[in-house]
Amino acid sequence: MNLKHLREIAQAGIWKNNTGLVQLLGLCPILAVSTNLINGVSLGLATAVVMAISGAVVAALRNLIPYEIRIPVFILIIAALVTVLDLAFNAYLHSLYLVLGIFVPLIVTNCIVLARVEAFAAKNGPLSSAVDGFAMGAGLVWLLALLGGMRELIGTGHLFNGIDMIIPSAQPLRVLPETYPGFLVAILPPGAFISLACLIAGKSWLDARAAKRAAQARPAAAPVSA
Amino acid sequence: MNEPTAGSLSLRTALAMLVFTLVFTAFMAGGYLLTRDPIARSANAEKLLLIDQILPRSGYDNALLEDVIRLPPTPELGLDRGGHVWRARRAGQPAALVMEAVAPDGYAGRVELIVAVAADGQVLGARVTQHRETPGLGDYIDPRKDKNKAHPWISQFERPARDLPLAAWTVKKDGGAFDYNTGATISARAVTRAVGRVAAYAAAHRDALFK
Repeated sequence: MNLKHLREIAQAGIWKNNTGLVQLLGLCPILAVSTNLINGVSLGLATAVVMAISGAVVAALRNLIPYEIRIPVFILIIAALVTVLDLAFNAYLHSLYLVLGIFVPLIVTNCIVLARVEAFAAKNGPLSSAVDGFAMGAGLVWLLALLGGMRELIGTGHLFNGIDMIIPSAQPLRVLPETYPGFLVAILPPGAFISLACLIAGKSWLDARAAKRAAQARPAAAPVSA
Repeated sequence: MNEPTAGSLSLRTALAMLVFTLVFTAFMAGGYLLTRDPIARSANAEKLLLIDQILPRSGYDNALLEDVIRLPPTPELGLDRGGHVWRARRAGQPAALVMEAVAPDGYAGRVELIVAVAADGQVLGARVTQHRETPGLGDYIDPRKDKNKAHPWISQFERPARDLPLAAWTVKKDGGAFDYNTGATISARAVTRAVGRVAAYAAAHRDALFK
Protein backbone atom coordinates (compact mmCIF):
# COMPACT_ATOMS: atom_id res chain seq x y z
CA MET A 1 0.00 0.00 0.00
CA ASN A 2 2.69 2.40 1.07
CA LEU A 3 4.94 1.12 -1.69
CA LYS A 4 2.17 1.60 -4.23
CA HIS A 5 1.77 5.18 -3.05
CA LEU A 6 5.49 5.84 -3.52
CA ARG A 7 5.36 4.29 -6.97
CA GLU A 8 2.55 6.62 -7.96
CA ILE A 9 4.56 9.60 -6.76
CA ALA A 10 7.53 8.41 -8.82
CA GLN A 11 5.37 7.91 -11.92
CA ALA A 12 3.91 11.40 -11.62
CA GLY A 13 7.39 12.92 -11.40
CA ILE A 14 8.93 10.97 -14.24
CA TRP A 15 6.07 11.09 -16.75
CA LYS A 16 2.56 12.32 -15.88
CA ASN A 17 3.56 15.58 -14.22
CA ASN A 18 7.04 15.99 -15.77
CA THR A 19 8.59 19.33 -14.79
CA GLY A 20 9.87 20.17 -18.24
CA LEU A 21 7.07 18.79 -20.38
CA VAL A 22 3.92 19.34 -18.31
CA GLN A 23 4.56 21.82 -15.51
CA LEU A 24 6.93 23.87 -17.71
CA LEU A 25 8.68 25.14 -14.61
CA GLY A 26 12.33 26.12 -14.42
CA LEU A 27 12.60 26.56 -18.17
CA CYS A 28 15.53 28.96 -18.00
CA PRO A 29 18.09 26.43 -16.73
CA ILE A 30 16.53 23.69 -18.86
CA LEU A 31 16.95 25.68 -22.05
CA ALA A 32 20.31 27.21 -21.17
CA VAL A 33 22.07 24.03 -20.11
CA SER A 34 20.72 21.44 -22.57
CA THR A 35 23.35 22.17 -25.23
CA ASN A 36 24.61 18.60 -24.98
CA LEU A 37 23.75 15.32 -23.36
CA ILE A 38 26.44 15.38 -20.69
CA ASN A 39 25.49 18.86 -19.48
CA GLY A 40 21.82 17.94 -19.49
CA VAL A 41 22.24 14.79 -17.43
CA SER A 42 24.58 16.60 -15.03
CA LEU A 43 22.08 19.37 -14.31
CA GLY A 44 19.29 16.80 -13.99
CA LEU A 45 21.21 14.74 -11.44
CA ALA A 46 22.24 17.78 -9.42
CA THR A 47 18.63 18.98 -9.38
CA ALA A 48 17.35 15.55 -8.34
CA VAL A 49 19.72 15.46 -5.34
CA VAL A 50 18.82 19.00 -4.25
CA MET A 51 15.09 18.38 -4.64
CA ALA A 52 15.16 15.10 -2.72
CA ILE A 53 17.08 16.64 0.20
CA SER A 54 15.11 19.89 0.35
CA GLY A 55 11.84 17.96 0.11
CA ALA A 56 12.82 15.72 3.00
CA VAL A 57 14.05 18.59 5.20
CA VAL A 58 10.99 20.76 4.61
CA ALA A 59 8.67 17.82 5.20
CA ALA A 60 10.43 17.04 8.48
CA LEU A 61 10.11 20.65 9.63
CA ARG A 62 6.67 21.29 8.15
CA ASN A 63 4.82 21.35 11.48
CA LEU A 64 7.23 23.96 12.88
CA ILE A 65 6.88 26.40 9.99
CA PRO A 66 4.10 28.97 10.50
CA TYR A 67 1.75 28.99 7.51
CA GLU A 68 1.98 32.76 7.02
CA ILE A 69 5.72 32.83 6.45
CA ARG A 70 6.17 29.43 4.82
CA ILE A 71 7.48 30.78 1.49
CA PRO A 72 10.41 32.80 2.90
CA VAL A 73 11.28 29.90 5.22
CA PHE A 74 11.21 27.44 2.30
CA ILE A 75 13.49 29.72 0.28
CA LEU A 76 15.81 30.04 3.25
CA ILE A 77 15.98 26.26 3.69
CA ILE A 78 16.54 25.58 -0.02
CA ALA A 79 19.19 28.29 -0.35
CA ALA A 80 21.05 27.08 2.75
CA LEU A 81 20.95 23.45 1.61
CA VAL A 82 22.15 24.29 -1.89
CA THR A 83 24.96 26.46 -0.52
CA VAL A 84 26.20 23.75 1.81
CA LEU A 85 25.81 21.07 -0.86
CA ASP A 86 27.80 23.22 -3.28
CA LEU A 87 30.58 23.68 -0.71
CA ALA A 88 30.61 20.00 0.21
CA PHE A 89 30.77 18.97 -3.45
CA ASN A 90 33.64 21.37 -4.04
CA ALA A 91 35.56 20.18 -1.00
CA TYR A 92 35.08 16.42 -1.00
CA LEU A 93 34.08 15.39 -4.53
CA HIS A 94 36.16 17.83 -6.49
CA SER A 95 36.33 15.91 -9.78
CA LEU A 96 32.54 15.58 -9.77
CA TYR A 97 32.28 19.24 -8.80
CA LEU A 98 34.20 20.23 -11.93
CA VAL A 99 31.42 18.64 -13.97
CA LEU A 100 28.33 19.40 -11.87
CA GLY A 101 29.67 22.41 -10.00
CA ILE A 102 28.48 25.16 -12.27
CA PHE A 103 24.98 23.70 -12.23
CA VAL A 104 24.48 23.56 -8.48
CA PRO A 105 24.17 27.34 -7.89
CA LEU A 106 21.88 27.47 -10.92
CA ILE A 107 19.45 25.25 -9.06
CA VAL A 108 18.70 27.97 -6.49
CA THR A 109 17.21 30.03 -9.30
CA ASN A 110 15.10 27.08 -10.43
CA CYS A 111 11.54 27.65 -9.30
CA ILE A 112 10.75 23.94 -9.63
CA VAL A 113 12.41 23.27 -6.28
CA LEU A 114 10.25 25.80 -4.45
CA ALA A 115 7.19 24.67 -6.39
CA ARG A 116 7.53 21.04 -5.28
CA VAL A 117 8.33 22.00 -1.69
CA GLU A 118 5.21 24.18 -1.53
CA ALA A 119 2.92 21.81 -3.44
CA PHE A 120 4.12 18.52 -1.99
CA ALA A 121 6.62 18.54 0.88
CA ALA A 122 4.59 21.01 2.96
CA LYS A 123 1.72 18.49 3.07
CA ASN A 124 3.47 15.09 3.11
CA GLY A 125 5.94 13.09 5.14
CA PRO A 126 9.73 13.20 4.67
CA LEU A 127 9.96 9.87 2.81
CA SER A 128 7.23 10.65 0.28
CA SER A 129 8.68 14.13 -0.19
CA ALA A 130 12.17 12.80 -0.83
CA VAL A 131 10.76 10.34 -3.37
CA ASP A 132 8.73 13.10 -4.99
CA GLY A 133 11.73 15.41 -5.26
CA PHE A 134 13.94 12.69 -6.62
CA ALA A 135 11.30 11.52 -9.12
CA MET A 136 10.79 15.08 -10.35
CA GLY A 137 14.54 15.30 -10.79
CA ALA A 138 14.62 11.95 -12.58
CA GLY A 139 11.94 13.24 -14.95
CA LEU A 140 14.25 16.15 -15.62
CA VAL A 141 17.24 13.83 -16.19
CA TRP A 142 15.67 11.90 -19.06
CA LEU A 143 14.12 15.02 -20.57
CA LEU A 144 17.42 16.92 -20.46
CA ALA A 145 19.29 13.88 -21.80
CA LEU A 146 16.90 13.70 -24.75
CA LEU A 147 16.89 17.43 -25.33
CA GLY A 148 20.66 17.77 -24.99
CA GLY A 149 21.28 14.69 -27.14
CA MET A 150 18.97 16.00 -29.87
CA ARG A 151 20.57 19.41 -29.87
CA GLU A 152 24.17 18.24 -30.01
CA LEU A 153 23.42 15.53 -32.57
CA ILE A 154 21.72 17.99 -34.92
CA GLY A 155 24.13 20.77 -34.07
CA THR A 156 27.46 18.98 -34.27
CA GLY A 157 26.86 15.42 -35.47
CA HIS A 158 28.44 14.10 -32.27
CA LEU A 159 27.07 12.63 -29.08
CA PHE A 160 28.64 12.84 -25.61
CA ASN A 161 30.60 16.05 -26.20
CA GLY A 162 32.44 16.83 -23.00
CA ILE A 163 32.62 13.23 -21.81
CA ASP A 164 36.35 13.74 -21.33
CA MET A 165 35.47 15.86 -18.28
CA ILE A 166 34.10 12.69 -16.64
CA ILE A 167 36.23 9.97 -18.29
CA PRO A 168 39.47 11.70 -19.38
CA SER A 169 40.37 9.18 -22.10
CA ALA A 170 36.90 9.00 -23.68
CA GLN A 171 36.12 10.75 -26.94
CA PRO A 172 32.82 12.14 -28.19
CA LEU A 173 30.97 9.68 -30.40
CA ARG A 174 30.67 10.69 -34.05
CA VAL A 175 27.18 9.66 -35.15
CA LEU A 176 26.72 11.52 -38.41
CA PRO A 177 29.33 11.23 -41.19
CA GLU A 178 32.47 13.36 -41.22
CA THR A 179 31.02 15.54 -44.00
CA TYR A 180 28.08 16.68 -41.83
CA PRO A 181 28.54 20.44 -41.69
CA GLY A 182 26.82 20.99 -38.36
CA PHE A 183 23.71 23.05 -37.74
CA LEU A 184 24.59 25.76 -35.27
CA VAL A 185 21.04 26.96 -34.58
CA ALA A 186 20.33 23.71 -32.71
CA ILE A 187 23.04 24.59 -30.16
CA LEU A 188 22.09 28.27 -29.87
CA PRO A 189 19.07 29.32 -27.73
CA PRO A 190 16.42 29.18 -30.51
CA GLY A 191 17.28 25.51 -31.01
CA ALA A 192 16.40 24.89 -27.37
CA PHE A 193 12.91 26.32 -27.78
CA ILE A 194 12.29 24.45 -31.04
CA SER A 195 13.54 21.13 -29.63
CA LEU A 196 11.55 21.46 -26.41
CA ALA A 197 8.40 22.31 -28.40
CA CYS A 198 8.88 19.15 -30.47
CA LEU A 199 9.27 17.06 -27.29
CA ILE A 200 6.14 18.58 -25.71
CA ALA A 201 4.20 17.88 -28.89
CA GLY A 202 5.56 14.32 -28.87
CA LYS A 203 4.43 13.72 -25.28
CA SER A 204 0.98 15.16 -25.98
CA TRP A 205 0.68 12.87 -29.00
CA LEU A 206 1.66 9.80 -26.94
CA ASP A 207 -0.80 10.76 -24.19
CA ALA A 208 -3.61 11.38 -26.69
CA ARG A 209 -2.95 8.03 -28.33
CA ALA A 210 -2.94 6.24 -24.97
CA ALA A 211 -6.23 7.94 -24.01
CA LYS A 212 -7.82 6.92 -27.30
CA ARG A 213 -6.75 3.30 -26.84
CA ALA A 214 -8.10 3.27 -23.33
CA ALA A 215 -11.42 4.67 -24.59
CA GLN A 216 -11.61 1.99 -27.28
CA ALA A 217 -10.71 -0.78 -24.87
CA ARG A 218 -13.32 0.18 -22.29
CA PRO A 219 -16.57 -0.66 -24.17
CA ALA A 220 -15.16 -4.03 -25.14
CA ALA A 221 -14.17 -4.82 -21.58
CA ALA A 222 -17.43 -3.57 -20.04
CA PRO A 223 -19.63 -6.63 -20.68
CA VAL A 224 -17.07 -8.95 -19.10
CA SER A 225 -16.88 -7.01 -15.87
CA ALA A 226 -20.66 -6.51 -15.73
CA MET B 1 -8.28 29.58 22.57
CA ASN B 2 -9.19 32.92 21.08
CA GLU B 3 -8.22 34.00 17.58
CA PRO B 4 -4.76 35.57 17.78
CA THR B 5 -4.70 39.33 17.34
CA ALA B 6 -2.78 40.89 14.47
CA GLY B 7 -0.10 42.05 16.88
CA SER B 8 0.56 38.72 18.55
CA LEU B 9 0.47 36.92 15.20
CA SER B 10 3.07 39.16 13.60
CA LEU B 11 5.23 38.96 16.70
CA ARG B 12 5.07 35.18 16.64
CA THR B 13 5.83 34.83 12.94
CA ALA B 14 8.65 37.37 13.16
CA LEU B 15 10.14 35.38 16.01
CA ALA B 16 9.82 32.14 14.05
CA MET B 17 11.44 33.75 11.01
CA LEU B 18 14.30 34.99 13.19
CA VAL B 19 14.88 31.54 14.65
CA PHE B 20 14.87 29.88 11.21
CA THR B 21 17.22 32.52 9.82
CA LEU B 22 19.66 32.09 12.70
CA VAL B 23 19.61 28.30 12.54
CA PHE B 24 20.15 28.12 8.79
CA THR B 25 22.74 30.89 8.72
CA ALA B 26 24.66 29.00 11.39
CA PHE B 27 24.30 25.87 9.26
CA MET B 28 25.78 27.67 6.25
CA ALA B 29 28.57 29.24 8.31
CA GLY B 30 29.46 25.80 9.69
CA GLY B 31 29.51 24.37 6.19
CA TYR B 32 31.77 27.17 5.02
CA LEU B 33 34.25 26.79 7.87
CA LEU B 34 34.35 23.03 7.49
CA THR B 35 35.03 23.11 3.73
CA ARG B 36 37.26 26.18 3.49
CA ASP B 37 40.62 24.40 3.62
CA PRO B 38 39.81 21.46 1.32
CA ILE B 39 38.33 23.89 -1.24
CA ALA B 40 41.44 26.09 -1.23
CA ARG B 41 43.56 22.98 -1.69
CA SER B 42 41.59 21.69 -4.64
CA ALA B 43 41.43 25.13 -6.29
CA ASN B 44 45.23 25.32 -6.12
CA ALA B 45 45.63 21.80 -7.48
CA GLU B 46 43.33 22.68 -10.36
CA LYS B 47 45.23 25.87 -11.18
CA LEU B 48 48.52 23.99 -11.09
CA LEU B 49 47.09 21.37 -13.46
CA LEU B 50 46.39 24.10 -16.01
CA ILE B 51 49.81 25.70 -15.52
CA ASP B 52 51.44 22.27 -15.96
CA GLN B 53 50.17 22.26 -19.54
CA ILE B 54 52.20 25.33 -20.46
CA LEU B 55 55.08 25.20 -17.98
CA PRO B 56 56.40 21.73 -17.12
CA ARG B 57 57.24 21.17 -13.48
CA SER B 58 60.76 20.12 -14.44
CA GLY B 59 61.42 23.75 -15.41
CA TYR B 60 61.26 25.12 -11.87
CA ASP B 61 61.69 24.04 -8.27
CA ASN B 62 59.94 26.68 -6.16
CA ALA B 63 56.38 26.61 -4.81
CA LEU B 64 54.98 28.38 -7.85
CA LEU B 65 51.54 29.27 -6.51
CA GLU B 66 53.01 30.88 -3.40
CA ASP B 67 55.48 33.01 -5.34
CA VAL B 68 52.84 35.38 -6.62
CA ILE B 69 52.45 39.11 -7.13
CA ARG B 70 49.17 40.88 -7.71
CA LEU B 71 49.19 43.39 -10.52
CA PRO B 72 47.03 46.51 -10.21
CA PRO B 73 44.75 47.18 -13.21
CA THR B 74 47.16 46.94 -16.16
CA PRO B 75 45.75 48.13 -19.52
CA GLU B 76 48.75 46.66 -21.42
CA LEU B 77 47.62 43.18 -20.36
CA GLY B 78 43.92 43.95 -20.67
CA LEU B 79 43.61 43.49 -16.92
CA ASP B 80 41.01 46.09 -16.03
CA ARG B 81 40.57 44.55 -12.58
CA GLY B 82 44.16 43.54 -11.95
CA GLY B 83 45.56 40.03 -12.10
CA HIS B 84 48.21 37.61 -10.90
CA VAL B 85 51.73 36.82 -11.96
CA TRP B 86 53.30 33.60 -10.70
CA ARG B 87 57.08 33.43 -10.70
CA ALA B 88 58.89 30.18 -11.44
CA ARG B 89 62.46 29.95 -10.21
CA ARG B 90 65.13 27.31 -10.45
CA ALA B 91 67.79 27.24 -7.74
CA GLY B 92 66.68 30.75 -6.83
CA GLN B 93 67.24 32.09 -10.35
CA PRO B 94 64.32 33.42 -12.46
CA ALA B 95 63.01 30.67 -14.77
CA ALA B 96 59.65 31.78 -16.12
CA LEU B 97 56.58 33.91 -15.49
CA VAL B 98 52.99 32.68 -15.65
CA MET B 99 50.82 35.74 -16.25
CA GLU B 100 47.11 36.33 -16.35
CA ALA B 101 45.87 38.45 -19.22
CA VAL B 102 42.61 39.40 -20.91
CA ALA B 103 41.86 39.80 -24.61
CA PRO B 104 39.08 42.39 -24.47
CA ASP B 105 38.17 42.06 -28.15
CA GLY B 106 36.86 38.49 -28.51
CA TYR B 107 33.78 37.90 -30.62
CA ALA B 108 31.66 37.71 -27.45
CA GLY B 109 33.65 39.99 -25.16
CA ARG B 110 36.48 39.14 -22.80
CA VAL B 111 38.69 36.12 -23.30
CA GLU B 112 40.76 35.36 -20.20
CA LEU B 113 44.15 33.76 -20.61
CA ILE B 114 47.22 32.56 -18.80
CA VAL B 115 50.51 32.85 -20.65
CA ALA B 116 53.88 31.39 -19.67
CA VAL B 117 56.97 33.39 -20.66
CA ALA B 118 60.51 32.16 -19.95
CA ALA B 119 62.92 34.46 -18.18
CA ASP B 120 64.79 34.99 -21.48
CA GLY B 121 61.60 36.28 -23.14
CA GLN B 122 60.63 33.09 -24.99
CA VAL B 123 56.86 32.50 -24.95
CA LEU B 124 56.30 28.96 -23.62
CA GLY B 125 52.59 28.50 -24.04
CA ALA B 126 49.12 29.91 -23.43
CA ARG B 127 45.75 28.62 -22.30
CA VAL B 128 42.29 30.17 -22.37
CA THR B 129 40.76 30.07 -18.90
CA GLN B 130 37.42 31.76 -19.57
CA HIS B 131 35.59 32.75 -22.74
CA ARG B 132 32.15 33.01 -24.31
CA GLU B 133 33.07 32.54 -27.98
CA THR B 134 30.49 30.87 -30.23
CA PRO B 135 30.30 27.10 -29.63
CA GLY B 136 31.52 25.14 -32.62
CA LEU B 137 32.90 28.22 -34.32
CA GLY B 138 35.22 30.44 -32.30
CA ASP B 139 35.67 28.17 -29.30
CA TYR B 140 38.62 26.32 -30.84
CA ILE B 141 40.81 28.73 -28.87
CA ASP B 142 40.12 26.33 -25.97
CA PRO B 143 42.02 23.10 -26.75
CA ARG B 144 39.28 21.03 -25.09
CA LYS B 145 36.86 22.27 -27.74
CA ASP B 146 39.33 22.23 -30.63
CA LYS B 147 38.45 19.57 -33.22
CA ASN B 148 42.13 19.25 -34.10
CA LYS B 149 43.21 17.14 -31.12
CA ALA B 150 46.71 16.33 -32.42
CA HIS B 151 47.76 19.96 -32.93
CA PRO B 152 45.21 22.22 -31.28
CA TRP B 153 45.29 25.81 -32.45
CA ILE B 154 46.55 27.12 -29.11
CA SER B 155 49.70 24.96 -29.39
CA GLN B 156 51.14 27.53 -31.82
CA PHE B 157 52.09 29.52 -28.75
CA GLU B 158 54.40 26.77 -27.51
CA ARG B 159 57.78 28.31 -28.25
CA PRO B 160 56.93 30.37 -31.33
CA ALA B 161 59.73 32.24 -33.13
CA ARG B 162 61.63 34.49 -30.72
CA ASP B 163 61.62 38.25 -30.78
CA LEU B 164 58.61 38.63 -33.04
CA PRO B 165 57.75 42.30 -33.45
CA LEU B 166 54.41 43.21 -31.89
CA ALA B 167 52.94 43.67 -35.40
CA ALA B 168 53.57 39.97 -36.16
CA TRP B 169 51.49 38.89 -33.16
CA THR B 170 48.26 38.52 -35.08
CA VAL B 171 46.66 36.12 -37.58
CA LYS B 172 48.13 35.53 -41.03
CA LYS B 173 45.14 37.24 -42.62
CA ASP B 174 46.35 40.51 -41.05
CA GLY B 175 49.97 39.87 -42.03
CA GLY B 176 50.86 38.19 -38.75
CA ALA B 177 52.64 34.93 -38.02
CA PHE B 178 49.80 32.80 -36.65
CA ASP B 179 47.26 30.45 -38.19
CA TYR B 180 43.52 30.69 -37.66
CA ASN B 181 40.47 28.71 -38.68
CA THR B 182 38.70 30.15 -41.71
CA GLY B 183 35.39 31.72 -40.79
CA ALA B 184 36.35 32.37 -37.16
CA THR B 185 39.16 34.90 -37.28
CA ILE B 186 38.04 37.27 -34.55
CA SER B 187 38.56 34.91 -31.60
CA ALA B 188 41.97 33.80 -32.89
CA ARG B 189 43.04 37.36 -33.59
CA ALA B 190 42.02 38.53 -30.12
CA VAL B 191 43.94 35.74 -28.37
CA THR B 192 47.03 36.07 -30.57
CA ARG B 193 47.31 39.79 -30.06
CA ALA B 194 46.79 39.41 -26.32
CA VAL B 195 49.58 36.82 -26.10
CA GLY B 196 51.82 39.20 -28.06
CA ARG B 197 51.08 42.00 -25.60
CA VAL B 198 51.95 39.70 -22.70
CA ALA B 199 55.27 38.80 -24.37
CA ALA B 200 56.09 42.48 -24.86
CA TYR B 201 55.07 43.36 -21.30
CA ALA B 202 57.11 40.51 -19.83
CA ALA B 203 60.17 41.59 -21.82
CA ALA B 204 59.82 45.22 -20.78
CA HIS B 205 59.13 44.60 -17.09
CA ARG B 206 61.12 41.42 -16.53
CA ASP B 207 63.27 42.65 -13.66
CA ALA B 208 60.44 44.38 -11.85
CA LEU B 209 58.24 41.26 -12.15
CA PHE B 210 60.90 38.93 -10.77
CA LYS B 211 61.88 41.19 -7.90
